[in-house]
Amino acid sequence: MASYSTSEFRGGLKVMLDGSPCAIIENEFVKPGKGQAFNRVKIRNLLTGRVLEKTFKSGESLEGADVMDTSMQYLYNDGEFWYFMHPDTFEQVTAGEAAVSDITKWLKEQDMCEVTLWNGDPIAVTPPNFVELRVTETDPGLRGDTSGGGGKPATLETGAVVRVPLFLEEGTVIRVDTRTGEYVSRVKE
Amino acid sequence: MSDDWRPRADLSVLHLRARMLARIRAFFAAANVLEVDTPTLSVAATTDPNIASFITSFHGPEGGARYLHTSPELPMKRLLAAGSGPIYQICKVFRDGEAGRRHNPEFTLLEWYRPGWDHHALMEEVEGLVRAAVGPDRDLPGAQYLSYREAFLDAVGVDPLSADARELRAIAVGLGIEPPREMQSVDGWLDLLMTHHVEAALPPFAFLYDYPASQAALARVRREDYPVAERFELYLDGVEIANGFHELVDAREQRARFRADNAHRRTSGLPEMPVDERFLAALEAGMPPSAGVAIGIDRLLLSAIAEDDIRRVVCFPNGSA
Repeated sequence: MASYSTSEFRGGLKVMLDGSPCAIIENEFVKPGKGQAFNRVKIRNLLTGRVLEKTFKSGESLEGADVMDTSMQYLYNDGEFWYFMHPDTFEQVTAGEAAVSDITKWLKEQDMCEVTLWNGDPIAVTPPNFVELRVTETDPGLRGDTSGGGGKPATLETGAVVRVPLFLEEGTVIRVDTRTGEYVSRVKE
Repeated sequence: MSDDWRPRADLSVLHLRARMLARIRAFFAAANVLEVDTPTLSVAATTDPNIASFITSFHGPEGGARYLHTSPELPMKRLLAAGSGPIYQICKVFRDGEAGRRHNPEFTLLEWYRPGWDHHALMEEVEGLVRAAVGPDRDLPGAQYLSYREAFLDAVGVDPLSADARELRAIAVGLGIEPPREMQSVDGWLDLLMTHHVEAALPPFAFLYDYPASQAALARVRREDYPVAERFELYLDGVEIANGFHELVDAREQRARFRADNAHRRTSGLPEMPVDERFLAALEAGMPPSAGVAIGIDRLLLSAIAEDDIRRVVCFPNGSA
């Protein structure tokens, strides 16, 4: 893997830091006129998701990380692992709990997800921005109320709970924004 | 169609820049300080290990390597030695490797010299100049003058003149700074604390003076309980705006510092720089005791409009030039 010096650090660059693959978020050059130059770098550990700020002497370098984002189809979960497939090569990868724990509630079989691979193994999965999921449980709807104000909790087929308008009934398919966890609209079938 | 050709600075900022430069020239005209114009290209270059020069070459008489100046300091001092009296200059200077929110590889410097003055007298004039240049555009609080030592004691509770690298490292870590892996020098740690913590804790209009002797650059050194360099800096809103010296005029000491810089460059794997022999000859001939200062005009302009990215005040900054 190539190595990158501080002047090449830019948002999105993937590098190895203390044995973990990380993504550079922000890189600020600071230097007293007559003194040592530093780069203050905000960096996300791709294994833990933790963001930390780290200072480098300008000119230091880090090794690049073999990390890439690939669009893959979610297949199924066998209780222990989550399986994803490359749609062109049909190659499958297996993700452990750590890679998907935050987003399992948005994973619907057949949906296309962004899978982050490090040395070929999934370390993070990003669900589509919008998913369509069936309401499996919610209090009976109040007919005539279509205002959408107020709302009520609804449990979806994946186990996610979102607030929906009062008129929605069990069995309805709805569109949800996975970035905010908010109801967007009803989906006509 | 792409908008990449467009200036990055607002046209109103360019008008303000022009007004500020006119005020500065009026200030020096009233003070009887002579405007001068020294070369951008030189066969010599700064030896400062923390400053990198651009290099090019000239094909013609006296041909060979030329360096773009990183400051007009040395030729201006040759003028002082020749009896110019007080002088100032507004020019572009060039520093390799420097780009970011507060840095552009080329920037505008205002530099001036006062024969017979010390750094305290010059700090007061700098305060006056800053008031004249940006006072009409922003409310400036009263200036506060504190020593480098006081600033460190106030902000991080350590004496920068006596602390060793291990103490400074512990303080940085205690402040939540994830420091670079390899940094041995006390000055490196002082610079780290300065840029990451002390600057932000300074009063909004602050002069720092009497720096550690190890950071003397071209300032004279005074012996007290610890030796201090008669050097000062101006900070506006925590941003370094100016650097000044009660100038070193001893040719032998100056030559020794250039040698030490180049020795430091050798051990750090940096290229050694050709020393300005004509400047040293001018010191030998006799330069009057003087104080001198350089002000970053782009940063001064930034402070006038309360912005914090230099790319807002330079029409075509790095990446668009």
